[in-house]
Amino acid sequence: MGMSVKSLWEYANPKKFIQTTDRVLPWVSVLAVVSLVVGLIWGFFFTPDDFRQGSTVKIIYLHVPSALMAINAWLMMLVTSLIWIVRRHHVSALAARAAAPVGAVMTVIALATGAIWGQPMWGTWWAWDPRLTSFLILFLFYLGYIALWEAIENDDTAADLTSILCLVGSVFALLSRYAVNFWNQGLHQGASLSLDKEENVADVFWYPLLVCIAGFVLLFIALVFLRTQTEIRARRTRALLARERMG
Amino acid sequence: MMPDLGKYADAVLSSYAVSIVLLAAIVWLSIWRARKVKKQLKEIETKEKSNG
Repeated sequence: MGMSVKSLWEYANPKKFIQTTDRVLPWVSVLAVVSLVVGLIWGFFFTPDDFRQGSTVKIIYLHVPSALMAINAWLMMLVTSLIWIVRRHHVSALAARAAAPVGAVMTVIALATGAIWGQPMWGTWWAWDPRLTSFLILFLFYLGYIALWEAIENDDTAADLTSILCLVGSVFALLSRYAVNFWNQGLHQGASLSLDKEENVADVFWYPLLVCIAGFVLLFIALVFLRTQTEIRARRTRALLARERMG
Repeated sequence: MMPDLGKYADAVLSSYAVSIVLLAAIVWLSIWRARKVKKQLKEIETKEKSNG
């Protein structure tokens, strides 16, 4: 255990992080593209219509994975922010910074596909329903988080303040997930995915959905690896330029 | 080959279009910035080395 924890912290070294992610990035990227292409083609072309929702059920292959990633991206940012607060590893703070725009895009996809799906099913694009509202607030937190990083020049101060913002925003990330359970009201139905066979979506939709979820997770990982490398290099560039200016 | 989406064709197709465009945009932006920053750092490091 001690050994594995020790080896985990090796990746806090920027050089080690770039070397390791450089090796795995091509594989993760290829797997992401393959899973997304297979999952989306399977879902779009080879699954039947739902008896109640008709062909709109095909939106599930985009809506559920993106919503899942919108929440989990924030939770990943929470973990890396906590590591920054406790252990002061720069790579950890930069990984959170790198993940935010990806999480924001996932949130926009979830909101947009939800609105497009909601219109024919509920007769409205938007409702101030607990899950929808907490998702919108989560999106605003993403924007605030990205803006805060951009607004503060000192990297360490930016990492400190954005970590605190991330802690606060986590309330809404969790509310987005559990709003339906907390308040038994609103238009949005319960979770589509469940370990309870009775509640889970039918197998014919479930298998392609699983492949799409795998694709979204892998794409997120690939993008976070690439973007964290970029943030590490950008930080080094800023440090070198500052040293040059000092003479 | 194209499935019959019936009266919901607009909703389904626009969902796919919006999502694919957004995913392509974040992938393209990430790769573009990665290349730009990598090149910038290399130039500065080369300059540093030549200056001793």
